[in-house]
Amino acid sequence: MNMLDQLITQKWRGTYTLFKKEVLRFWRVAFQTIASPVLSALLYLLIFSHALSGHVEVYKGVEYTAFLIPGLIMMSLLQNAFANSSSSLVQSKVMGSIVFVLLTPLTYMQFFIAFLAASIIRGLMVGLSIYLVAIWFVNVPITHFVWILTFGILGAALLGIFGIIAGIWSDKFDQMAAFQNFVIMPLTFLSGVFYSIHSLPHFWQIISKFNPFFYMIDGFRYGFFGQGDISPWISLVVVTAFLLALAWLALKMLKSGYKLRG
Amino acid sequence: MTVPAIQIEQVHKRFGSLHALKGVDLTVNQGEFFGLLGPNGAGKSTLINTIAGLLRPTSGKISVMGHDVVDDYQAARMALGVVPQELVFDPFFNVREMLRFQAGYFGRGKENDVWVDEVIETLGLTDKAHTNMRKLSGGMKRRALIAQALAHKPPVIVLDEPTAGVDVELRQLMWEFIKRLNAEGHTVILTTHYLEEAEALCSRVAMMKQGEIVALDSTANLLNKFAGKNLRLKLGQATLPASLLPMLKNGENGVFTLALSDLGQVEFALSELRKANVVIEDMQLIEADLEDVFLSLVGGA
Repeated sequence: MNMLDQLITQKWRGTYTLFKKEVLRFWRVAFQTIASPVLSALLYLLIFSHALSGHVEVYKGVEYTAFLIPGLIMMSLLQNAFANSSSSLVQSKVMGSIVFVLLTPLTYMQFFIAFLAASIIRGLMVGLSIYLVAIWFVNVPITHFVWILTFGILGAALLGIFGIIAGIWSDKFDQMAAFQNFVIMPLTFLSGVFYSIHSLPHFWQIISKFNPFFYMIDGFRYGFFGQGDISPWISLVVVTAFLLALAWLALKMLKSGYKLRG
Repeated sequence: MTVPAIQIEQVHKRFGSLHALKGVDLTVNQGEFFGLLGPNGAGKSTLINTIAGLLRPTSGKISVMGHDVVDDYQAARMALGVVPQELVFDPFFNVREMLRFQAGYFGRGKENDVWVDEVIETLGLTDKAHTNMRKLSGGMKRRALIAQALAHKPPVIVLDEPTAGVDVELRQLMWEFIKRLNAEGHTVILTTHYLEEAEALCSRVAMMKQGEIVALDSTANLLNKFAGKNLRLKLGQATLPASLLPMLKNGENGVFTLALSDLGQVEFALSELRKANVVIEDMQLIEADLEDVFLSLVGGA
């Protein structure tokens, strides 16, 4: 980051400083913010692959263990992108240290960009770490790298923005945890991380298509195997639409000073 | 004519049914050391938070160095350094990192590090520069908060009860530093509960009560206007001659305190006592202080 320090111009220094602080905040506790989600993902992999491999073949010619990995990467990437912005905001609100940012000339847009960018970095770092560990055990092909990167960034951005919204709205840690446990967890588990929705009864297939997480994971997985439950272009449109809607809401909240400025 | 450091015009702030600021008008000139006094709940912090942009005024206008705090908030906040009342801190970073971040939010880069180090040294934080904020004592956290407000070298500095819970030594150190900044041309606005502090430091004070400014004058004028000297007498009897009763502030067990509008009244009091053959056992002339002004303005009556 020191090299970046030199390159940054006066105009961008405020935004960059906040971004850097947000990145260092999770990096300082990387054991908790990077290593621990990687370990959890590997445990899922170990347990599910042992229990199910050989019993299920989701896509033709794709081992279940290999099928599982993009889903697990995306699940952890999404959860950690959300956790980064939301926990930082709730913590600084509870501790009161949010005033250090509110007293500065940073605009709501700069605030948004800094938090969002740090969330994307955290999500991608967790995702990449899981991939790098997993390929020691399982052969995972990369068919379309651009789709992987696109859905990785879009997914992390979407959840980073959702984390900003949840972080601003929540006054306490347990309200934020409720978002995590009652919204994010169910939506991820029911999105096809562990299965293809084609294996579900027709009714649940339709329900799944209302779940934005399904599109993020299916598009991401398409990048690895070159096949998915639906076309990645459809996923791209749906994910982008959700992203824009949440960004609109988050910016509206930030602009009005909702729960931040009285 | 230079622009005022802070100009507040008819500012109202309502929180639901609570009318916290009721049309505050106030101008603080550049280079002043200004005191804002008042009991808890008078609206001091609300006013400061409104200047700082943490709260938005319901109506009225505020500007810092000529920049409106709502319409031109970036320029206004650039000019302002605020020390918040609560001991808030970010538990992830050490003192020097926090100060550099704070300067960075204001667009300051490496060129500002010299100043940051100077602030660290002057506030006695050098030993703690690499200590995590979480591990600092209360007094050290307070110093770090002041340092954070100064990190971008703002022309106007606002301190919201900076000495609450601070020991004497640190208070001295802080005031020396703030006085130096003021001498170098920074405008200082201070809210405090310690009246003697305001008396010693501030050239002008405003007193607030229930969301309004009830007195605004130079410290010297306020002292003269509201609180002359007091004469405390210990007498050999339990009653005061009737002619002295209009001057009586309080009296019990033969000790009476008389309010003097000028020193000539001492003569009058003594001659009246002599006329009534009252024995004076002890006598003391007491200087007035802001506390008297404060009590007469915001106290019970």
